[in-house]
Amino acid sequence: MSILEINHIEKSFGQAHILRDISFEMEQGQTVAIIGSSGSGKTTLLRCINFLETPDSGTIRVNGDVILDAAVDKNLTDKEKRDRRLHFGMVFQSFNLFPQYTALENVTLARKLMAREREDYKANKKAINQEIDAIGEELLRQIGLYERKDYYPHQLSGGQQQRVAIARALALEPDILCFDEPTSALDPELTGEVLKVIRSLADKNMTMIIVTHEMAFARDVADKVIFMDEGVIVEMGDSNEVINNPKQERTKQFLSRYTNEGM
Amino acid sequence: MSQIITQFPIVFEALNVGFLQTLKLFIITLVGAIPLGLVICLGSMSKIKPLKAITKVFVWIIRGTPLMIQLLIVYYFPGLALNNPVWGGGEEGRFLAASVSFIINYACYFSEIYRGGIQSIPVGQDEAGMVLGMTKSQTFFKVKLLQMVKKIVPPMSNEVITLVKDTSLSRIIALQEIIWAGQAFLKGSQGISGAIWPLFFTGIYYLIFSGILTVLFAKLEKKLDFFR
Ligand SMILES: Nc1ncnc2c1ncn2[C@@H]1O[C@H](COP(=O)(O)OP(=O)(O)OP(=O)(O)O)[C@@H](O)[C@H]1O
Ligand SMILES: [Mg+2]
Repeated sequence: MSILEINHIEKSFGQAHILRDISFEMEQGQTVAIIGSSGSGKTTLLRCINFLETPDSGTIRVNGDVILDAAVDKNLTDKEKRDRRLHFGMVFQSFNLFPQYTALENVTLARKLMAREREDYKANKKAINQEIDAIGEELLRQIGLYERKDYYPHQLSGGQQQRVAIARALALEPDILCFDEPTSALDPELTGEVLKVIRSLADKNMTMIIVTHEMAFARDVADKVIFMDEGVIVEMGDSNEVINNPKQERTKQFLSRYTNEGM
Repeated sequence: MSQIITQFPIVFEALNVGFLQTLKLFIITLVGAIPLGLVICLGSMSKIKPLKAITKVFVWIIRGTPLMIQLLIVYYFPGLALNNPVWGGGEEGRFLAASVSFIINYACYFSEIYRGGIQSIPVGQDEAGMVLGMTKSQTFFKVKLLQMVKKIVPPMSNEVITLVKDTSLSRIIALQEIIWAGQAFLKGSQGISGAIWPLFFTGIYYLIFSGILTVLFAKLEKKLDFFR
């Protein structure tokens, strides 16, 4: 069974039809890269998957369970949305770290707040928070920032901030982690460290959807590539196939812009 | 000079009494205007169009006219135009009228500062909270509130220090604040008349008071300096 199954997603903003009949699926442990030119709807698709936008129609299934059916779920309460979106994690282009919290606090905050809902919270408050701190520290170790755990975001480089944002998303143990152009806001010399972290997650079989303009990275790390143009999926398939031997004219045209980038 | 020295104890005591009234007006204005400003701010950002429009016009009128006129209207209008002198004639009535005018006036200024603070928080903070499964109120209290406070402390500090001096406007309805107290010795009071120095001396009170506030606000700003 596919871990994620997206069926016939449609989304318009006013008159603008942004997503048209988007359907795809992915397996547990797969990495899917979404590529496409600016304005093709990649961010909007990720936002629909993360419940930041509500699709006009279509369904989203996780492990076979329908978690969104636009036809019936028009007016989800905040609580319903919250429970369902926790299947997903999201890493933003602009990091969106919380500036008044240290790296470690950024990673642990949401999980600590969630722990308050546990029945045994009052009795085991201290132990629970210590356990979450330990998880956060372990995550920071994995992304190579344990020594910076007490730094505030403004004391970290862009690449370091984005790595903290990745750890923050991982702390909630999402089934599927989404990235929206995770390196686009970074200086070129800082993209490598972030891509390396994502690559190591792929090696550990984290299920991921990555919107990216890094074609070489998509080809090497993703199992599957989806090329979008003007709100439709034009081509999708094995990453090597799509990037090295695109079938569709539009894909070829799009990729030709990147051929000079040492792929 | 020797005259000033003999006058000083009398003047000092009278000015202290006046300053107490100034201080009371200052404090009650903050206590009233800080929360009322939040209410007005929410009104001016409301999704309900008429409420938003009414609030914005109200804020425009209050901020667009002198506080002195507002004081005169609030104090005299009920008695003269409506034949219903709600405030009574005494010092207590004048204080109430002044308080109402100042609270409304400052609440409108504060509401705009709050609005700036709220709108300065990038939507990315809300979205980050959402995708992390935080509730709206958790995102507000745990993430956005402190960022807003940091944003509004410098403009609030300006307004509060302006308020110190603005309290003297209540002299226009004869509230017995410190300027009134100083001026009394010009006209003649407690055997002292034609003395201008008490009026100058009130300046010292303002300087010390606003100086203390400046230091306190600077401390607060420094406390919030740990993040950006
Ligand atoms: N909230 C919104 N309201 C109206 N239009 C929107 C909204 N969000 C996105 N759009 C429009 O939808 C289209 C697709 O935007 P989207 O951000 O999904 O593109 P993208 O593929 O992520 O582009 P990029 O590579 O530049 O990030 C754009 O034309 C954009 O202007
Ligand atoms: Mg985008």
